Amino acid sequence: MTGTADLTRRTAAELAGLIADGSVSAVEVTEAHLARIEAVDEKVRAFLHVDREGALAQARRVDEARARGEKTGPLAGVPLALKDIFTTEGIPTTCGSKILEGWIPPYDATVTRRLKEAGVVILGKTNMDEFAMGSSTENSAFGPTANPWDLTRVPGGSGGGSSASLASFQAPLAIGTDTGGSIRQPAAVTGTVGVKPTYGGVSRYGMIAFSSSLDQGGPCARTVLDAALLHEVIAGHDPLDSTSIDAPVPPVVEAARNGSVEGLRVGVIKEFRGEHYQAGVMNRFDDSVALLRELGAEVVELSCPSFDAALAAYYLIAPSECSSNLARFDAMRYGLRTGDDGSRSAEEVTSLTRGAGFGAEVKRRVMLGTYALSSGYYDAYYGSAQKVRTLIARDFERAFADVDVIVSPTTPTTAFPLGERVDDPVAMYYADLCTIPVNLAGIAAMSLPCGLADEDGLPVGLQIVAPAMADDRLYRVGAAVEAAFQARWGHPLLEEAPAL
Amino acid sequence: MTVTDLVPFDDALASYDPVMGLEVHVELGTKTKMFCGCSTALGAPPNSQTCPTCLGLPGALPVVNAAAVESAVRIGLALNCQIAEWCRFARKNYFYPDMPKNFQTSQYDEPLAFDGYLDVQLEDGEVFRIGIERAHMEEDTGKSTHVGGAAGRIHGASHSLLDYNRAGIPLIEIVTKPITGAGARAPEVARAYVAELREVIRGLGVSEARMERGQLRCDVNLSLRPQGTEAFGTRSETKNVNSLRSVERAVRYEIQRHAAVLGSGGTVVQETRHFHEDNGTTTSGRTKEEAEDYRYFPEPDLVPVAPEREWVEQLRASLPEQPLARRNRLREEWGISGHEMQSVLNAGALDPIVATIEAGADPAAARKWWMGELARRANEQGIELTELPITPAQVARVAALVAEGALNDKLARQTIEGVLAGEGEPDEVVEKRGLRIVSDEGALGKAVDEAIAANPEIADKVRGGKVAAAGALVGAVMKATRGQADAARARELILERLGAG
Amino acid sequence: MPGITREEVSHLARLARLDLTDEELDHFAGQLGDIIGAVARVSDAATEDVPPTSHPLPLTNVMRPDEVRPSLTPEQALSGAPAQEQQRFKVPRILGEE
Ligand SMILES: [Mg+2]
Ligand SMILES: [Zn+2]
Repeated sequence: MTGTADLTRRTAAELAGLIADGSVSAVEVTEAHLARIEAVDEKVRAFLHVDREGALAQARRVDEARARGEKTGPLAGVPLALKDIFTTEGIPTTCGSKILEGWIPPYDATVTRRLKEAGVVILGKTNMDEFAMGSSTENSAFGPTANPWDLTRVPGGSGGGSSASLASFQAPLAIGTDTGGSIRQPAAVTGTVGVKPTYGGVSRYGMIAFSSSLDQGGPCARTVLDAALLHEVIAGHDPLDSTSIDAPVPPVVEAARNGSVEGLRVGVIKEFRGEHYQAGVMNRFDDSVALLRELGAEVVELSCPSFDAALAAYYLIAPSECSSNLARFDAMRYGLRTGDDGSRSAEEVTSLTRGAGFGAEVKRRVMLGTYALSSGYYDAYYGSAQKVRTLIARDFERAFADVDVIVSPTTPTTAFPLGERVDDPVAMYYADLCTIPVNLAGIAAMSLPCGLADEDGLPVGLQIVAPAMADDRLYRVGAAVEAAFQARWGHPLLEEAPAL
Repeated sequence: MTVTDLVPFDDALASYDPVMGLEVHVELGTKTKMFCGCSTALGAPPNSQTCPTCLGLPGALPVVNAAAVESAVRIGLALNCQIAEWCRFARKNYFYPDMPKNFQTSQYDEPLAFDGYLDVQLEDGEVFRIGIERAHMEEDTGKSTHVGGAAGRIHGASHSLLDYNRAGIPLIEIVTKPITGAGARAPEVARAYVAELREVIRGLGVSEARMERGQLRCDVNLSLRPQGTEAFGTRSETKNVNSLRSVERAVRYEIQRHAAVLGSGGTVVQETRHFHEDNGTTTSGRTKEEAEDYRYFPEPDLVPVAPEREWVEQLRASLPEQPLARRNRLREEWGISGHEMQSVLNAGALDPIVATIEAGADPAAARKWWMGELARRANEQGIELTELPITPAQVARVAALVAEGALNDKLARQTIEGVLAGEGEPDEVVEKRGLRIVSDEGALGKAVDEAIAANPEIADKVRGGKVAAAGALVGAVMKATRGQADAARARELILERLGAG
Repeated sequence: MPGITREEVSHLARLARLDLTDEELDHFAGQLGDIIGAVARVSDAATEDVPPTSHPLPLTNVMRPDEVRPSLTPEQALSGAPAQEQQRFKVPRILGEE
């Protein structure tokens, strides 16, 4: 018989199997995870809101449906931590911002709706950098999340809450969003798996917009297969999102069950190396490349010269779009309103509310975007950044003419100490050096654990990149690499994380 | 507010040449909003036709209304525009509480339609061609009510109330090229343009284009340049001029005001101004501390619109006849003057008359009923002709009864009255009210004999050759039959009996 | 390196409706200067003949039929309103256009 501690250590696939064959109930699984949250989240602070009642009610529904002999989905009854960027009807949604504190949306995001329909149990909403702007979750208005590997370090960001909930066994599944690396970078520094699907693969409806042309929701998990199972639940065409791809979801689960790199051509980009990269990270990356060769892949060195300008382009495009997306937070229809003393005008109240309700990083980016879109600067900044975007897409296109997937380190460094980069935005931005080109091109990428850095013993992520709509390749390669590493280590990497 | 000096209109035109630019916003009559499925029906309770998208809730996304795009293409084609092969939406960023996202989803440097023209006919028959710069798609704002100030004005209000039912209703913004060469007729040209544009929009069936309901709104840009010079002067932009008469007055007023400013050595301030319906003046809007910078950029939540050429050609082929051409054709067919046609147009009677003719009536009769009796009744009730509870087919039937001799004018009016009162079809009204004309020879002959007997002196005059005197006997017959006699036949009988036929 | 003055930051803050303290203005002026310095390189990388990419996917003509979908109830619409009156959003007095 399985104990409570055991249940939180299981993968989502295992839990789904146990629930499906009646070994445990969805309610038991949910209670085990709620208990784990109760026990450890005081230290990790992954959750902004735990929906105990809602989670148990959903679990009961799954158990009842099963008892009636109804066919349930492959993740029915499995708990999940939802990034607080997705709207949830009747459940507070803050996006990590004081300006939305207490807001209860009257509607569900498409991702939320699909999770509910699949019988997934949403445990609660996870912490994040305010409006997904950041790489450390320190920009949350509700305090930072800690990295379960070392509570004095960041869990990455913006989806640090989701990744930390996985790494601390509070949930087997989580949802993140990735605008410049916010799924992959936290996955890398917490030793978990995170996938940014092809842009348009997962509906953005109800996902609070940061940078509309870059944002993409995606699965977070502890194994490649779990990520694939979750990917299949949330992906697919949505008529409510004009940028949603109207085509079948790539066969990600099948790929995850059939990991292989035999005969595959794998590209290594020489620009992803250099002064900003930690030695321990590069060592683990080199190990990964060697492993791929051992497994039968052919490794090809490539150059993508325009990637050098990717970070700059990103820090123009994302702030520009966010300056417009965040204009709706004006104290008129929902959210915070401050300074309305009856004498002030709407305009003054809007300014006061935004001044009080947004954190420093949001203000910085809103002003940067306002600047970049201004008539005198548009061509030099926003216009040029859009051209760089074309160049980056062309670089990827050339590369994928030669190779099936590209690999790189996910992040240049392991998790950095809390507070270290808070007031140095440019240094913070370097955390997304390897992930950003993927968002600019709208293609697909995964991060999965590839070992611990020699110098600090912290997890290192391997990034796998595939062309648009070839998300299944990520899972095929990821599953092979994961299996080989675990065979080498003798266990999943997360087992080396300290007990909480 | 200081009273603005004005230069007499003729003096202003003696020194300056006016240049106009007209921006018209048309609310489309689609069932749903531009970017969401909320209804556009009028008169719903406040905030009952809103959703996450048109309220600008966090996370909500827009999806383009296909019918709005089709209407926009048809408007573009009717205005002789090029239709873009590929265009995008853009965000126009500025804060205003009636705009839920604090950006308007609009189009910027890539409008759906561009480079067209519209011919308008002035009172004297001359045709003036107005260049169309562009027609683009965008969305309307919500409606604010200002509380605590005088008569719902912003000024002095303590707070405002917002209803977003209108937010997101599809708008087409139509912008003219600079209109030059109109001279003293600039006010008339402006009015004629807006009137003609309204006819085009209505003819396409894409909007009712009712100005009094805000379905068609005009902004007037005006500048003056000294006679004989080329460069444009500084313009003022008078917002939301919401009737044809106001368009004309606003242009006239601004010409006089600009001339006064320039004539006294001053410079015109580039600003928005507000038109006041009550006294026909304009006043300065809020002074802009800095030039507006809308920070346009391509809307990332929507994908480009690329109208298929074949589809555009199908739409072009199915366009209705241009209103001006149609009016000219009908004017000739009906044999009426330009002036009479103008009255028909002003009365909103063109389409009912056409429909009545199509239902079998003679053009003169159709025009007579709609421009006479029915116009009078609509006017009394303060409604549009088309709002009267009578159909063109019913009017045509009344006209047919008159043509057959079954009704005379007076009886026809009573029949119409019955139809309007909901008493049924014209034939039923005639039946129920017993209005059919008295034309059977027996009854009429008797009435004629009695009239002659009662008026021997008049009868003698007629016998003596004063045929015109027979009118009085006809009048007596009509009186005796309570108007139900066929007057022409009565006259024939009288002349016959008195040997004057 | 293209710096940014305190006045420019103040102008941006006004455009973006951000009420900032004096300290924030000073602080952001320095940081925005650094960031703008770091991102200005995009104009070197982008040459004239490169077309801009605004959308990562080559989709066009995504539209919906003109069919009415259920709206929120007014209660739902107003559920997050900081203030309401007569089933409308109550907001402070609006400056400007009459
Ligand atoms: Mg406009
Ligand atoms: Zn709506």
